[in-house]
Parts: sequence; structure tokens; C-alpha cells
Amino acid sequence: MAVIAEPIAKPVSRFHFVLDRREVLETILVAPAILYVLLLVGLPLLLAIYYSLSAYTIYNPTWKFVGLANFEQILQDPTFLDTLRNTFIFTFGSQLLGLVLGKFGAFLLLRPFRGRKIVRALIILPFAVPVALATIAWQWMFDSLYSVINWSLIAAGFLTREDAPNWLGDPYLAMLCIVIINAWRFFPFAIVIFLAGITAVPQDVIDAATVDGAGFWRRNYQIILPMILPIMAIGLIFGIVFTFTDLSIVFLLTMGGPGGATSVLGFAGFQTGIVSGDVSHGAAISLFMLPVLLVVVIFMLRFIRRWEI
Amino acid sequence: MSSPVSRSLRETGFFLGVTFFVILAAFPFYWMVITAFKQNSDLYDITNTPFWFNEPPTLEHIKYLFEQTLFTRWLLNSLVIGLCVTAITLVTAVPAGYSLARMTSRKGEALGIMIFLTYLVPPTLLFLPLSRIIAVLGLQNSMWSLVLVYPTFTIPFCSWLLMGFFKALPVEIEEAAIVDGCSLFGAFIKMAIPLSVPAILTVVIFTFTLTLQEFVYALTFVSSSDQKPITLGVSTDLIRGDVFFWGEIMAGALIAAVPVAIAYNLFLDRFIAGITGGAVK
Repeated sequence: MAVIAEPIAKPVSRFHFVLDRREVLETILVAPAILYVLLLVGLPLLLAIYYSLSAYTIYNPTWKFVGLANFEQILQDPTFLDTLRNTFIFTFGSQLLGLVLGKFGAFLLLRPFRGRKIVRALIILPFAVPVALATIAWQWMFDSLYSVINWSLIAAGFLTREDAPNWLGDPYLAMLCIVIINAWRFFPFAIVIFLAGITAVPQDVIDAATVDGAGFWRRNYQIILPMILPIMAIGLIFGIVFTFTDLSIVFLLTMGGPGGATSVLGFAGFQTGIVSGDVSHGAAISLFMLPVLLVVVIFMLRFIRRWEI
Repeated sequence: MSSPVSRSLRETGFFLGVTFFVILAAFPFYWMVITAFKQNSDLYDITNTPFWFNEPPTLEHIKYLFEQTLFTRWLLNSLVIGLCVTAITLVTAVPAGYSLARMTSRKGEALGIMIFLTYLVPPTLLFLPLSRIIAVLGLQNSMWSLVLVYPTFTIPFCSWLLMGFFKALPVEIEEAAIVDGCSLFGAFIKMAIPLSVPAILTVVIFTFTLTLQEFVYALTFVSSSDQKPITLGVSTDLIRGDVFFWGEIMAGALIAAVPVAIAYNLFLDRFIAGITGGAVK
């Protein structure tokens, strides 16, 4: 027996009437979030662009427009070009290392074995723990005198106490250190992304390929890899954006040193804009991140569109 | 198919690989633990084997941390910041996520993607203008500046996460409520929200961990010691002059890191589902 409920007639206020129109309610519900983001992300972004074209400093807050003069000055500064190069080395070095580690790690964790849950929990740690706290643990491990890494190398007979490296005092080693820490921080993320992708590949597709005679490599690179490419791309986009714009590792570990060898864009922007108070030049330095971000965003939009078709 | 020898070789290789990854990932944390409980005389003696205790373990570093530093104050600051940011995020992101999920036109989808992309705008691009805005509002050097700024990344992230969740919630449940005399808004409050408690719980956990992990804004906006959140306090304030108190620093890092690590492990799958959006069906 079908019972159709009678709408209960009750006095409705005008307010309720407005709220019952779907488009109005939807707009009202989404408005606070949009407003918050517009006011505290959109507006500051425009402000950053304006600062970079002005002569604004903390000591002389003028809105005077100077065109591209700040950018010209920055580009003539050789230390800035080093910073730009460092940022690319830092980003792509650590992402590449992180991806390689992630691929191997995922390959190992794919197979069920005893204690897999605990192993996964331990491997996730670098990504879960606040990066600032992990960085100071690494700083202690790279200590010039009490480095546990050096101690182990000496105990194993690879080094003597006299020629033990000063990890953070040598320009090349310091760069290597920040690359390693960042790769270490992101490889668990890469593992999880790979695993999420691989488990989403339907088993019957793999079975069908096996029946059709596809071997291990063919299954891996011609069937599984193309299918997990979108999710990998998302993971990589996150990795690139958060590394390219990072400040915390360099700030805590090397302060850009020795001699500017590990200065990256985020750090240089911080030093110029916040520490020295030269807001306009700081903003101009930070804005060099924007082209990379735009490329990433375009890629992302293209991927999103492709999934939906 | 394969001989026992090559099989056991493969097994050995497999477990060696797993061991390598576990050591790589977890050693810095083991190092934190062992440093936090070692006596100073043990810690700063290069002839000692550093991997275990050569002298009995001690609680002096943790005692010092709680009694002689602002550590408890930083913990409290982080708690207050986390709670306030979570409240702001819930109030804005739950309705936004619901609305974006229910918008039928392409407009909803475009708005959703736009909100999510703002999550990718980095702090190092926004900290200069935001520090000026905070100065104008009179919030410089105060933890309340962080309460104002942290929702700029928690709202986009959580709206996106909740949008995915509400999309999976059958719209028929709300339609049934409307037929039974519920208003459109009532259907959201009385039907959709109670059904989304697990998603809301996820959002609470993530908002909290995201605020604990944040470093750049805290470093830029807060410089007085008593206003710092825990991550910033431990990593910048336990160094006196040039002297690092490694025992205290590692103890503080450990206490701050453990809850975040546990929360992350429990909610990891939802986190990944959240950022990869529709990539995995």
C-alpha cells in the first residue's frame, strides 16, 4: 500500500521561502568559504603582484609604481640566479629520488606479508610528522661533531675521524642534504599514491593481459603504468608545488648557506621581504614561483577534464 | 616452477628491501627517542656507541622541557589555534562542500576546482601581503594571526574532501525528507549532516594536523616566544645563542610529533582519497 505523505501546511516566513529556492540556498551555503578564500588568498595574491611593481618597503610604505624595475634589478643579481638554479635542483632532485624510492617501496608493500600494517605505519612516518620537527632531527644527525652518520661510516672503516665530512658546511654536501631530507619526506607519499593507483587497477584487466601473453615488464609498463598515470601526476604535482615553494627545510637546516649554496626562492623571498623589510623586492622574488604554479595548474585542469570524459 | 634456492633468495631479497625502507623511514625517529632519554654525558661522548644507552636512560630532558621552558605554553597555544581553526573550517567548509556537491550545473564543478586550486597557492607567495594585512589588523606577533590565516588552506582542502563525500551520499534521502515536509535547508541540517559525521570527523583530524604541521606562516607572523605554536617553538626557541640542547629539542619534537603521526596513520586512506579526488574510482 502506497502512502503519500501530505505536506504539512504551516505558516512559512518570507525568509524560509527564499531559503527554499535551491539556487539561493546553494549560494548562501557556499558563500562564506568563497569569501574567506577571496579575501585571504585572492586579495593577497593581487597585493603581492602590486608590491612587486612598487617601491614598497617596511620603512617607506609607498605605493609608488615602478614598473618592472624590481624584476630587472633581481635578474641582474648573480646570487638570485644561483637561487633560481638551486630551487630547480632541489625540486627535481628530490622529486626524482622520492619517485624512485616510492616505486620500489610500493612494489615491496604490494605483496601481503606478516606485519605489513606495522611496516606501512613506520614507512608513513616521514610524511606524517611535521616537517620542521623532522628537519631538526636530521640536523642533529648531520651534526659536525656528533653526526651518527659519520660515526657509523668511521666505525665501518670507510672514513677516519680526520676526513669525516662536514655535511652542512660544504656547499655540495649541504645541497645533497636538503635534497635527501625532502626526498625522504615525500617518498612515503609517493608509495601511498602508487599503491592507491595500483590497487585501483581491476584484477581482471591484469589477468586478461597475462592470458594474452603479456610478461612482467609488459604488464607493468604498458598496462598498469598508463592506468595509474593520472593519480601519479596528481601526486607529482603536489610534490613539485610544495617543494618548489618550500622554506622550512632550508631555513632550519642551512639558512641558505654555506655561502648561498642552498638558498631557494622561498628562503630568498623571506630574507629580503620579511627579515630585511624590502617588501617589493621580496614579492618580486616570490613571484618567480608563479610561472611554475601556472604550468602545474594547467596540467591539473587538463587531467581533471580527461577523467571526466 | 622455481627451485627452492632461488625462492629463498627472493624471499631474502624481499625482506632486505623491506628492512631498508623501514630503517630509512624510521631511523630519524628512533634517533629522536634515544636522544631524548640519554644523559648528556652519554650524548656528547664520541667514543660511545650512539645507537643505544651507554649510561642509564634519564627523564631530565623532559623534566627540563616542562619546568624550565615555555613548552606547556606552546602546547596550549597549538591546542587553542587548532580548535579555533577547526571551528572556522567546519562552519564554512561543511556547507560549502554540500552546496558544491549538490549544484547541478557545471558551475558547481568549476567552483569546486577553483577552491581546490587555492590550496596549491603557497604560503611563501602570500606571506608578504598577509603580514601587511595582519599588521593593519593589529594582530602582528600574536597567535590569533594564525587563527585568521590557517583557514586559507584548511577551508579549500576540507571543502574538496567534503564535496567528494556529499556526492557519494544519495540525494534521494534528502528528497524523501523534503516530501515529508522538511525544508531544503532542514534537509541539509537534519539529514545530510548527521549522515556525514564520519567525514566531519576526518575533517576535524586533518584540520588539526595541518595546523600542527604548518611552519612558514608561524615563522613569519609570530616572533614572541610565548605566542608560538609547538612546532615553531620547539624548532626555533630551544636554541640558546649557538648552543643546541639536543636532548630537550628531540624530546620536544617527539612529544609534538607522536599525536600527529598516529592521527595520520589512522586517517591516511581518506587523506589520499581527498587529494586525488576523482582519480581513483
